[in-house]
Amino acid sequence: MTIIEAPTRTVLTVDGNEAAASVAYRTNEVLAIYPITPSSPMGEHADAWSNQGRPNIWGNIPDVIEMQSEAGAAGAVHGAIQGGALTGTFTASQGLLLMIPNMFKIAGELTPAVFHVAARSVATHALSIFGDHSDVMATRGTGWALLSSNSVQEAHDMAAIAQMATLESRIPFLHFFDGFRTSHEVNMIEEISDDDLRSLIPIDGVIAHRERRMDPDKPVLRGTAQNPDVFFQAREACNRFYEATPDIVQRAMDRFADRIGRAYHLFDYVGAPDATEVMVMMGSGVGAAEEAVRALVEQGEKVGLVKVRLFRPFSTEALIAALPSTVETIAVLDRTKEPGAIGEPLFQDVLTVVAEETQLGRTSWANPPRVIGGRYGLSSKEFTPAMAAGVFDEARKEDPKRRFTVGIVDDVTHLSIEPRADFETGREAQVRAVFYGLGADGTVGANKNTVKIVGDETALYAQGYFVYDSRKSGSMTTSHVRFDPSPIEATYLIDDATFVACHQFEFVHKVDVLAKAGKGSTFLLNSPYGPDEVWGELPSDVQREIIDKELAFYVVDATSVARDAGLGQRTNTVLQTCFFALAELMPQDEAIGSIKKAIKKSYSKFGDVVVEKNFAAVDGAVENLHRVAVPSEVTSTIAMRRTVPADAPDFVQRVTAMMLEDRGDQLPVSALPVDGTFMTGTTQYEKRSIAVDIPIFDPEICIECAKCALVCPHAAIRMKVFEPSALEGAPDTFKTRGFRSRELPDHLMSIQVSPDDCTGCGVCVDVCPAKSKTEVKHKALNMEPKLDHLDIERTNWDFFTTIPEPPRDQFKLATVKGSQMLEPLFEFSGACAGCGETPYVKLVSQLFGDRLVVANATGCSSIYGGNLPTTPWRTNDEGRGPVWSNSLFEDNAEFGLGMRLAIDMETAEARRLLEGMSGVVGEDLVTSILEADQSGPAGIAAQRSHIAELTAKLADIDGEEARRLEVVVGALVDRSVWIMGGDGWAYDIGFGGLDHAIASGKNINILVLDTEVYSNTGGQASKATPRAAVAKFAAGGKATAKKDLGQIAMSYGNVYVAHIAIGANNTQAVKAIAEAESYPGPSLVIAYSTCIAHGIDMERSMSHQVDLVASGYWPLYRFDPRLAEQGKHPFKVDSRPPTIPFAEVAAKEARYAVLSRVNPTHAAELMAEAQKDIDTRWDLYQEFTEIDWVGGDDGEES
Amino acid sequence: MSVDLTTTYLGLELKNPLVASSTPMTGTLDGVRRLEEAGIGAIVLPSVFEEEIEHEAMEMQRLMERGTDSFAESLSGYFPEFEDYATRTESYLRHITEAREAVTIPVIGSLNGTTNGGWVNYAKRIEDAGADALELNVYLIPTDPETVGAEIEQRYLDLVWEVNEQVSIPVAVKVGPYFSSLPNMAVRLTEAGADAIVLFNRFYQPDIDLVELEVEPRVDLSSSQDLLLPLRWVALLTGRVDADFAVTSGVHTAADVIKSLLVGADVAMMASALLKNGAGHAATVLAEMEAWLDEHEYASVDQLRGSMAVGTAPNPDAFVRANYMKMLVTYTNPWV
Repeated sequence: MTIIEAPTRTVLTVDGNEAAASVAYRTNEVLAIYPITPSSPMGEHADAWSNQGRPNIWGNIPDVIEMQSEAGAAGAVHGAIQGGALTGTFTASQGLLLMIPNMFKIAGELTPAVFHVAARSVATHALSIFGDHSDVMATRGTGWALLSSNSVQEAHDMAAIAQMATLESRIPFLHFFDGFRTSHEVNMIEEISDDDLRSLIPIDGVIAHRERRMDPDKPVLRGTAQNPDVFFQAREACNRFYEATPDIVQRAMDRFADRIGRAYHLFDYVGAPDATEVMVMMGSGVGAAEEAVRALVEQGEKVGLVKVRLFRPFSTEALIAALPSTVETIAVLDRTKEPGAIGEPLFQDVLTVVAEETQLGRTSWANPPRVIGGRYGLSSKEFTPAMAAGVFDEARKEDPKRRFTVGIVDDVTHLSIEPRADFETGREAQVRAVFYGLGADGTVGANKNTVKIVGDETALYAQGYFVYDSRKSGSMTTSHVRFDPSPIEATYLIDDATFVACHQFEFVHKVDVLAKAGKGSTFLLNSPYGPDEVWGELPSDVQREIIDKELAFYVVDATSVARDAGLGQRTNTVLQTCFFALAELMPQDEAIGSIKKAIKKSYSKFGDVVVEKNFAAVDGAVENLHRVAVPSEVTSTIAMRRTVPADAPDFVQRVTAMMLEDRGDQLPVSALPVDGTFMTGTTQYEKRSIAVDIPIFDPEICIECAKCALVCPHAAIRMKVFEPSALEGAPDTFKTRGFRSRELPDHLMSIQVSPDDCTGCGVCVDVCPAKSKTEVKHKALNMEPKLDHLDIERTNWDFFTTIPEPPRDQFKLATVKGSQMLEPLFEFSGACAGCGETPYVKLVSQLFGDRLVVANATGCSSIYGGNLPTTPWRTNDEGRGPVWSNSLFEDNAEFGLGMRLAIDMETAEARRLLEGMSGVVGEDLVTSILEADQSGPAGIAAQRSHIAELTAKLADIDGEEARRLEVVVGALVDRSVWIMGGDGWAYDIGFGGLDHAIASGKNINILVLDTEVYSNTGGQASKATPRAAVAKFAAGGKATAKKDLGQIAMSYGNVYVAHIAIGANNTQAVKAIAEAESYPGPSLVIAYSTCIAHGIDMERSMSHQVDLVASGYWPLYRFDPRLAEQGKHPFKVDSRPPTIPFAEVAAKEARYAVLSRVNPTHAAELMAEAQKDIDTRWDLYQEFTEIDWVGGDDGEES
Repeated sequence: MSVDLTTTYLGLELKNPLVASSTPMTGTLDGVRRLEEAGIGAIVLPSVFEEEIEHEAMEMQRLMERGTDSFAESLSGYFPEFEDYATRTESYLRHITEAREAVTIPVIGSLNGTTNGGWVNYAKRIEDAGADALELNVYLIPTDPETVGAEIEQRYLDLVWEVNEQVSIPVAVKVGPYFSSLPNMAVRLTEAGADAIVLFNRFYQPDIDLVELEVEPRVDLSSSQDLLLPLRWVALLTGRVDADFAVTSGVHTAADVIKSLLVGADVAMMASALLKNGAGHAATVLAEMEAWLDEHEYASVDQLRGSMAVGTAPNPDAFVRANYMKMLVTYTNPWV
């Protein structure tokens, strides 16, 4: 980018998503959207602006509509542009892939449109939400122009240039920038005003677009089907448009430069005019590469960088013009991987250009340069100036690697090259601050705020980039914040900080928070220990780093200051004030004034009280900030906490531990599986210990109801029943009581918490019904400070895990108590504290876990179920357990159905082979296996025993049939196939597949974890969102009723359907899940799942469901086709008629309550309608129970 | 002969001394209109509570921003952002404005709290919203055995003083009867800025739910029996404390209103009877009151007011200790 002039424009501190969305919104009329990370905020901004009535540059308020999927969004875009509206969308990754069919159509019809893409990895061996160009590259064949932005400012600028060029060229544009690195980087940009946009957007193009619309006054026909005679020629008819587009884009860039002052070219070159090594790349990595090039050129190296702006249509001439004639080696870097290809796309294009232009003699170089290609930055892997320098080093070699990778260590195929050691560009920002915080403590929000304050109120430039871990509770955040007198274009993380803040004291025991601290930097620690005590509380490694790096060490007890100010755990304001006090970016008084101004701006919308409490926190901050006198010697004997136990499996020790220690980047290729297959059950080795309070068991009061274990979202509190002899070696502190049971007489029971795995949500205590007779507030479980009990409960837990599990065939499993005597094979997930989904998932794992096959839709459940570093699905002592996989968001029902088909095929093969071998293995054994009753645990156990006998016999039998049978023999035990996912999947994007799967008649079980919003992407409305609830994309309250998915499924007649709420009726929930599994056809269980997106106290996650059911909002029912076969009515409502008005319950959820504040009249109208929805549905169900049932088709036996 | 029912309260001209106390009925525009149609003299709107202001603001912020900047896929939290989270108190302020526009009778706002602090700003906002006067409802339950009565009283006074500083409209202070020396307290309240004293407030009292074994706050409607306590105290304070007086608690009938006026109240406030019988009950009470005054040849409410206070009643001792003595005598005679 070259600054031609510097006109005075509004400076905004925004991220890349907002920068792009701002232009897209103002230059379009329709935006059809669908949430997907990391592009969701673009849609959210557009939706919010539309709700606020903000007009586009022509005075219209754009219509922003959420669709059921990205495929739907693309279809709506296609329709709207055919209708003549200026239309666009925002997406990424799988979403973009779903748009591809329409992209072919839109381009084929030469229709202007712009899609803004926060480029993200496409799921392959694993899903990744992070950034690379694999999604964009998958669209190369669609005929869309591909325009790249490399920074936040460019995301703003190229959005405008794309809009200009599409209207002029008629070629649709995909404008992309790197997910997270650009989409989520907060930086300062110059805003393109409405006047600028009006002047830039070619009105002729707008009118021409409008005139091509589908108009019955000027009827035409588009979208014909063509035959071999003309299709080819017609396909070639568009060529002229593509030939013209590069020039059109350049002209748009030139006009943009004239008006705005920032000049761009199709390819921009920076570096030595006589460079011999030139790198070609696009995307945010350009920032690091350019910094390296400028530094290297200053050091006399002949290197350069070509920044690709317009990747499609590819302009050969413009690339050749951009390359210096002296170039000897071109290193092309692609942020994508195309396995099996000769090279990645940009490399191939550049190589083609060089080869062809050389062939044609149209170049000025003496010898044609060699072209090498490398991959970098997949899934937001860091790309630094040192790596760029390493690429030049490689390029300079006599025989460089023709294909290479940079940024990783490839010890398998040895493709990786080394970054240049100890390379510094000398261009680092003056203030480089790294902050470690918790998601819940507001650290990131405060830092975003700081970036804005400094950007707005000082002469400094500011940049913020934020890194998050993958847990939804107790997640660690790392903020990288830079301040400098010059614009900040560094696109990599800080590893040589001038300031490090650790906002949670316990981090110093488990994370090397000072690894990024530079020599002589400042270290601020939020510490419960004062300046005189803190030194003795630090691990020796931390003391060593403080001394060796000569850090200026400060402490503040921000937790106390925040608590005293009435802010609870939100220490952000206190620590932000301390940062300003120490970083000296502005005079302290001014800084405090600015912080207070920002507080007023952020919080006055909630009320003066919130502002005042934050002011109090600011005032208390500096007086509690103390410098620590650092001794000259290490005195501590405290060691850093071990990441995983010494007895953890080898893979966990070698690989998982590295990830947990934030050192996963150092793992070589050989450390990782080749196909994305991982061992299960690794959460048990990660003792996060994030709870403040934990439940403590009082056996005297317990009534053995097992509700606590049933509802625990993290399987952190458990019940176990055992014989007294199992207590041998028990610690004195281990608590038991006599178990009241006819089935298991003379047994003991215990309720035990795992203190390091509990999140402290308090749900178990909330549901505990057993109260002391003498002190009513004292229950069988009571939340108490963890630190008071940690050592004892750790010992107790360790012993508890050694007690053998009770035999499954000695008690009734499908009861609340029975189910909780079973070992959970889903434990310690990273789900939110109080999560309403995970109790169901855990319950399924308890009932059927040892023969469970799970297909999991993308969403919360796939993240807490399968996001590294550790995963919660585990095995039992016999090594059996759930097998789990995630395909996509949209295809989960089909994915699970496919698994069923495979299992059925395998079972059929096993039965056929077994029948054929009955003479060899014994007829009795074969009969007992083939005719086994596996409807209960005893039958399953017997079948396993017979199969073990069979397997032993097979080992002694020669022949192919025996070998083939050995492989499939396991399928003779019934598999329990569960298809799990959220409502976004079941009601929206995956509804078609779900509908088809249940219509198949196959023996599948579908569990819909219905949170009534897209929880994972931040609470966007789905068709499960009820009327009157506020959600993203339904800011005015959802105007339509929730889809009755259960009723749709019941209409087939042969589908088992249950509507359950485990917190409202434990027994019905357990029974329904057991019935669903036992039904030999399709089953659909719709499970109410409390979510933080509802805006309730998650401690009441379960007990609140009682009220929801009592209001009729969530009726409980079961529809069992087997009853119809017995001549009974298959539909049974399990809940009582509504007894409380819905408004009374809704007032306890912020998703409803907020609308009654923001728009009380509308809220009252919607609430009246919502009550009608409830009443009507209740009446309908009542009538349903009263009709004479004639029955439906039988479910297919399998 | 028509009786002049007009009266003044807090410097406001009222067409009669029957005031609708703070109830859910005065919380709706429809209720406010129906009360005016029934002839009520003024209305007190439902209270905006200190705890509510504080709790609601903090909770709304916590719930709306929970999960923000924590998990990479949901960084903007779980709710759309609004420009202004008009809290319940905001709707309350809107209600004041709308009520003020809907009726011609005086509209009195009500603020309820126990501590001074930022929430007191709402007094000013209530004034700005159009309230003709403000009723400050203070109900402080002392729980700390170390706190002496004088400290508690000082908190009342500080609060009244601070609220009075915020507004220029008249301020009435509604209190409970639990003071060691209510007359002295009444004097000091007026010195702190109270223009009127409202006797007495009724609040939720704790009850026990025997099913769940939980403490549940509850409030029951009053009966005319509850009138006797404020009657005594207004009788004792009238003429001795330079403030207007309102009787509240137990005003159900015309007789109750008349008794209140006789002991010196400027107005009688009705709540339970209106909730039980509807707004139209006010018309009945006013008609009966007018009939009584007419029948007893009173020309005006002014004439009646205070005619049976402690300084004007024929047997003032009955308002103090003698009252107790008399009851004992009544109950023990003639068998003892």
